[in-house]
Amino acid sequence: MAMAMTKPTEQAAGTTTQPPIIDTEDVHLFYGSNEALKGISMSFKENEITALIGPSGCGKSTYLRTLNRMNDLIPNVTIKGKVDLKGQDIYASNMDTVRLRKEVGMVFQQPNPFPFSIYDNVTYGLRIAGVKDRGRLDEAVETALRQAAIWDELKDKLHQSAMALSGGQQQRVCIARVLAVKPDVILLDEPTSALDPISSSQIENMLVELKKNYTIILVTHNMAQASRISDRTAFFLQGHLIEYNDTKTIFLNPQKKETEDYISGRFG
Amino acid sequence: MAEDKIRESLLKESKASKREKHGKILSYSAIILIVVVVVSIFLFVATRGIATFTVNKGSIIDFFTKSQWNPGATDKGGHPLIGALPMIVGSFAVTVLSAIVATPFAIAAAIYMVEISPRRGYKILQPVIELLVGIPSVVYGFVGLSVVVPFIRNHFGGTGFGILAGTLVLFVMILPTATSMSVDALRAVPRYYREASLALGATRWQTIYKVVLRAAVPGIMTAVIFGMSRAFGEALAVQMVIGNATLLPQNLVSPASTLTSILTMGMGNSVMGSVSNNALWSLALLLLLMSLLFNILVHRISKKGALH
Repeated sequence: MAMAMTKPTEQAAGTTTQPPIIDTEDVHLFYGSNEALKGISMSFKENEITALIGPSGCGKSTYLRTLNRMNDLIPNVTIKGKVDLKGQDIYASNMDTVRLRKEVGMVFQQPNPFPFSIYDNVTYGLRIAGVKDRGRLDEAVETALRQAAIWDELKDKLHQSAMALSGGQQQRVCIARVLAVKPDVILLDEPTSALDPISSSQIENMLVELKKNYTIILVTHNMAQASRISDRTAFFLQGHLIEYNDTKTIFLNPQKKETEDYISGRFG
Repeated sequence: MAEDKIRESLLKESKASKREKHGKILSYSAIILIVVVVVSIFLFVATRGIATFTVNKGSIIDFFTKSQWNPGATDKGGHPLIGALPMIVGSFAVTVLSAIVATPFAIAAAIYMVEISPRRGYKILQPVIELLVGIPSVVYGFVGLSVVVPFIRNHFGGTGFGILAGTLVLFVMILPTATSMSVDALRAVPRYYREASLALGATRWQTIYKVVLRAAVPGIMTAVIFGMSRAFGEALAVQMVIGNATLLPQNLVSPASTLTSILTMGMGNSVMGSVSNNALWSLALLLLLMSLLFNILVHRISKKGALH
C-alpha cells in the first residue's frame, strides 16, 4: 500500500528512510497472569539480519513467536499491543494466520524435519498450498536447497528419509523447507545451538547470503554469532527491550550499563 | 591383624549383594516358569493338533480346502471329514470386516481426543472406552442375540444369524482397543512436527492429515492388528450370533461359523484322543498360529516405525 508510493523517494534518500517491514508497538504478553513481555516497541528493516540477544527467560524467543502468532498455540496466552507486517495489523480479527505464516516463516532450535523424504519435506509448504505440478515442485526443491547451500550434498538422495541426515544437514533442510514457501521474513529461534561449530558456521554463511532476498530475525545465545552476522542487535532483559541499535554500536559502545554487563559476560 | 579383618570384611558377601542375588534368582525363576508354561501349552496343542493328520490319517489339504466338517465320519478313502474351510473363511471374514468398520471410527475418535478437543475428549471418551473394555463378552453376545440378530432378520432377511451379526458385535468389541491404541499412537507424535507444519502455513486439518496421521501410521496399524487379533480369538460373543453352521457362507446373513465357535461348541461333545477331539485341536493349533502371526506383524511394524 503506502510502500509502493514511497519507493522512488526512498531510493533517493538511501535505505534509512525505507519503511520497516515489521513494526511492533508496546507489545505485552501474558502467560496466564505472568507478564513475559513488558511493552516491546521495535521495528525491523527489510534485507537485514537482526539478532535478539539476552539471558535465558528474558522474553526474546517469546517475542519472536509473537511475530508469526505461534504463541496462539499455547493456551492462556494474552497479547496486547500492535504488530504490523507491511502496515497490516497481524493481530486484527480478520487476519488469516495461515497466510501470515506463509509470509513469516520460522526455523526452530531443534532441527525438526518431518519423518518423510527430503523431497517431501522441502515441498511440504507448496503441496499444502495446492501446488501439484511435478515440474514446479522439482524446481522449487532445487532452488530452495541451493539457497540453503546443501543441494550438492543432497541432490542424489532427495528421496531418502530426512531423518537419516546429520543435525546440521537436517537444520539446513528445515531452512530450505521454509525458503520453498518464499516468505518475506524468516524467524530463527537459536537455529545453531544444537549444532557443531562447522555446521553452525555453514548456516551463518548461508544466512548472510540469504539476507539479500529476505528479512532475517534471529534469536541467539551466541554473542559471537550475533556480532559476526547481524546488522542490528537488540538486547532483552526480563521482558524489557533494553537497547536496540547497530550491532557495532551495541558491541563496541553500548549505551546502557546492563547491555555492557551482559556483553562483557558479567551476568547471563 | 587389622589387615586380616579388612580382608575378611571385603571378601565376605555383603547384605546388599545377597539381596541382589535373591532378587535375581526370584525373577529368573519366574521367567523360566512362564517360558515353560508357554512352551508346554504350545507343544501340547501342536501334538494333539498334528495327530489328526498323522495318527488319524486326515489330509492336511482337505483341512484347508474342503468344506465338509464331520470328523466322526470318514470318506470313501477312509480319511476323516475334516474340511475346515467354512470356519477359516468365517473367522477371516468377521475379523477383516469388523476391522474395516472399526478403523475409521477408532481413528476419528482418536483425532478428536488428541487433536481437536484434548480436554473434553479425554473427559468424555476415556471413561466410555474403559467401560467398553470392561463389559464381559457374554454380555456383548447377549445384546447381539437379542438386539442385533432380530434387527438384521427384519431389515436384511435371513435368520439374522451370520457374518453380519458377528461383524457388528465384534466391531463394538474391538473399538475400545483400537481407539485407545490409536490415541497412544497420535500422542506419540512429537509436538514439534505440528509446530513445524503450522509455521509453514498449514491449517490445523492439513497438519493432522498430512503430518500427524502420516507419522502415526505404524502405531495405528498396530492398533488395527491388535483389534483384529482380538476379533479373531473372540469365541463366546461370536458363537452366540453367528449361527454355527459349518457351511461355506453364501452371503452375510446366512448362518456361518468361526474356528472359535466350532471349538467351543464341540469341546464337550468329544472324547479325548478320538478323531473328533483331535480335529478340534487342529482348529486350536490354527488359532494359535494365527495369533502368533498377528504378534509377529505387530513387532515388525513397530520396529519399522522406530526407524523413523
